[in-house]
Amino acid sequence: MSTYTNEQVAHLAEGTLDWETTFRMLSMPKDNSRFKQYVEALQKKVTFKDKIVLPLAPHMYIVQSAKNKQWVIKCDCGHEFCDYTDNWKMHAHIYVRDTEEAMTEVYPKLMAPDTKWQVYREYYCPTCGTLHDVEAPTPWYPVIHDFEPDIEAFYKEWVGLPVPERAS
Amino acid sequence: MNMMSNNETGFADLLKNGQTLKQFRDGIIERTKASGHYNGLEKLELRDADPIGYEKLFSKLRGGLVHARETAKKIAASPIVEQEGELCFTLYNAVGDCVLTSTGIIIHVGTMGAAIKYMIENNWEANPGINPGDMFTNNDCSIGNVHPCDIATIVPIFWEGRLIGWVGGVTHVIDTGAVTPGSMSTGQVQRFGDGYMITCRKTGVNDTPLRDWLHESQRSVRTPKYWILDEKTRIAGCHMIRELVEEVIRADGIEAYEKFAYEVIEEGRRGLMSRIKAMTLPGKYRKVSFVDVPYKHDDVQVSSAFAKLDSIMHSPCEMTIKPDGKWRLDFEGASRWGWHTFNAHQVAFTSGIWVMMCQTLVPTQRINDGAYFATEFHLPKGTWCNPDDRRTGHAYAWHFLVSGWAALWRGLSQSYFSRGYLEEVNAGNANTSNWLQGGGINQDGEIHAVNSFEASSCGTGACAVKDGLNHAAAIWNPEGDMGDIEIWEMAEPLLYMGRNVKANSGGYGKYRGGCGFETLRMVWNAQDWTMFFMGNGFMNSDWGMMGGYPAATGYRFEAHKTGLERRIANGESLPLGGDLDPTAPTYEHNIDATARIKRDKQCMTTEDCYDNHDLYLNYLRGGPGFGDPIDREPKAIEKDLNEKFLLPEYAQKVYGAVFTQNAKGAYVVDVAKTQARRAEMRKERLARAVPVREWMKEERERIINKHASQAVQHMFATSFALSEKFTKHFKDFWSLPADWQLLETELGVPSYGSKHRMDLSLMPDVTTVVQVEE
Repeated sequence: MSTYTNEQVAHLAEGTLDWETTFRMLSMPKDNSRFKQYVEALQKKVTFKDKIVLPLAPHMYIVQSAKNKQWVIKCDCGHEFCDYTDNWKMHAHIYVRDTEEAMTEVYPKLMAPDTKWQVYREYYCPTCGTLHDVEAPTPWYPVIHDFEPDIEAFYKEWVGLPVPERAS
Repeated sequence: MNMMSNNETGFADLLKNGQTLKQFRDGIIERTKASGHYNGLEKLELRDADPIGYEKLFSKLRGGLVHARETAKKIAASPIVEQEGELCFTLYNAVGDCVLTSTGIIIHVGTMGAAIKYMIENNWEANPGINPGDMFTNNDCSIGNVHPCDIATIVPIFWEGRLIGWVGGVTHVIDTGAVTPGSMSTGQVQRFGDGYMITCRKTGVNDTPLRDWLHESQRSVRTPKYWILDEKTRIAGCHMIRELVEEVIRADGIEAYEKFAYEVIEEGRRGLMSRIKAMTLPGKYRKVSFVDVPYKHDDVQVSSAFAKLDSIMHSPCEMTIKPDGKWRLDFEGASRWGWHTFNAHQVAFTSGIWVMMCQTLVPTQRINDGAYFATEFHLPKGTWCNPDDRRTGHAYAWHFLVSGWAALWRGLSQSYFSRGYLEEVNAGNANTSNWLQGGGINQDGEIHAVNSFEASSCGTGACAVKDGLNHAAAIWNPEGDMGDIEIWEMAEPLLYMGRNVKANSGGYGKYRGGCGFETLRMVWNAQDWTMFFMGNGFMNSDWGMMGGYPAATGYRFEAHKTGLERRIANGESLPLGGDLDPTAPTYEHNIDATARIKRDKQCMTTEDCYDNHDLYLNYLRGGPGFGDPIDREPKAIEKDLNEKFLLPEYAQKVYGAVFTQNAKGAYVVDVAKTQARRAEMRKERLARAVPVREWMKEERERIINKHASQAVQHMFATSFALSEKFTKHFKDFWSLPADWQLLETELGVPSYGSKHRMDLSLMPDVTTVVQVEE
């Protein structure tokens, strides 16, 4: 198994890792220590004091609140969406591209969906305007709760790390 | 006196253990179920006692399978096989469970196994009998084949008169004699037009194909020349592998070989579980994909009035990764099968999925049926991925499979991202289309059919640390290749007027999806020629990830009465290169003004007539993007602009890039101004957005009032009819009144198949093989 330095993992998270090392990461068996190094690298990047429990997206994390130890979903601008078991999208702001005019803002003519069949739902952070997700469903489709991680099993059984304390 | 032997009484004792093949297989299933280990193998005796010998056996067999594929494919003349590598060979144990497979289209790891199991369950050993030197041919989609053009030759392997296994070889043939030409055609809507269908037929004895089979099969397809050489390819490969197995047994002994043939499957089962634990993260992942099925249009000319409606394929997937490393793929809520050729048998799903997984979760040589045994599949009966009617068409099952699996990439990639394996993230796969198909009389004066496999090189999804690859891959063939222009021009009476990267086809994002490409083809030296389009147009089947956008959708361009013969003779301007910006098209300025042009989103058509010098644009799709586009590095935008991968208008609108052109015409992005523009864009986003719960009130009203297109309503109606769970989720989410319902009967479109269906299992003397939870 290959292992990587904290600096290399930090570069990976930044998107600045050299190709040779990236290729090694792709082709060699996975390094089980990566998660710990990755979270440490991300923790250095964010401006809030809450402990990152699980990264969800480039600008979104499940964190342990520094205030009360609750696990919440948080944007890196500091905006708190909701409890970690809830669907963050329900607490976001949304812009729906459901007209041809709105679609041709982002794609050339003929290269976007017909909005009678499919729409784009853009989910923004209500504070900083980061685009956290683009759903592309039919009209009427329920907002999708994409991911419900089993964090306790992951920490305890898969990566052998202590589970961060969680206030209920 | 006429005495019946064991053969005639129905007990061939092929295994020389007093058991029929079915009894032997039942024992394996029982032991697997009882112990949780394949065939009850809690210990891997051979591997543990002699790990090096075990690995040597593995390497000899796997190397031999790959060698057989590489050697045999040189026999083929079809560019689909010879150029694109659309073939594979697989070794099975006596009950049809896959031991090892070659490289190539390893979707067939289980499809030929399903055929073997069908022969076992339906007592082929009694009739027609299974003997050394036999060959069986199968392409029946109702018992596990993906689509009829994948023709499998299956050869039993005997050792000292005892059946010890099977070898199967499959090639994707260029034509199957379906209603319309090409191997994956659209003109038929049922099995009965899907092409020549062969159900595990004994087609050879004593290593020689039977003459009635050769005569019948060769005249049942449009392209006998390719058909003949494809069959020779399969037979040669199978016989090479049978000899390899004999050689291995002579060297290592039958006991070791047979132990290996079962232990390696249990090892494969454990291997997938350990891979899942090493790379992913336990939990539930929910994703969904859609495909447009626009059959109402006049250019979809099918023979059945009940198929003339617009619909949508719905593929919701709940992927559960369990703490023990097993996983469950649940497609509850999927829409019903339909009157088209995109339906998929359950085995196309359970077997085919590994061609995708070997590109991400299990990128190893150790692909066999062990992975199947580590996976729970829930494919509800009656859905597009497990039809309950023996009439369904399957010629392009891939259209739905490729799209359904795009959702799995996103689920797995979420786990890779959260765990820090960013290098493994892939936002999804392109909808591998367009498929240029057609036929007629070719440049050599022969009856011909074409299916351009340029779709082997679509754009890949973006990664979390880099862009997707441009025009590089197809989910269904890990060794995909777009093929050489010169070879395609020999195989098809279609000259290339251009082959270019398709601008804006990759989904936007911090890292963009790989761009697709487009080729402009001019019909040349053909007679009575037809072509049609097949791909997505009104919808995307992929989504972006974590702020990235989906790839662009497809569109079609075709032109007739172009005047190109005269324009070429006179040296006038010609349409060359790509259709760079379809908002301001240029092809039209370089053909006669009176030309008849179709430029629209109807990317699903049936055979239309083409004269020489008519034009056809083959646009191969891009992949989806990753991350918020306004996080994209200005230098990457500049590079895309200068390489014509991105139109300037969208560099501004989507990426917020502020740029100028220098004296040489090169684009230069201003970093500071771009940063300032992006800050404004964040404010503009929030100004146009509303809280989700506010938007939901409006959307709920639209649902209550049933305000949506017929296609959308039809999709929901078929999913509701099949799944109480999905219906309840939908109604709960939108807080709909208890009596709210949506039925197909209220939509005013044909609903054949909604109530009256007949499964293959209801046919006399047929036992179907069920390999999923239904």
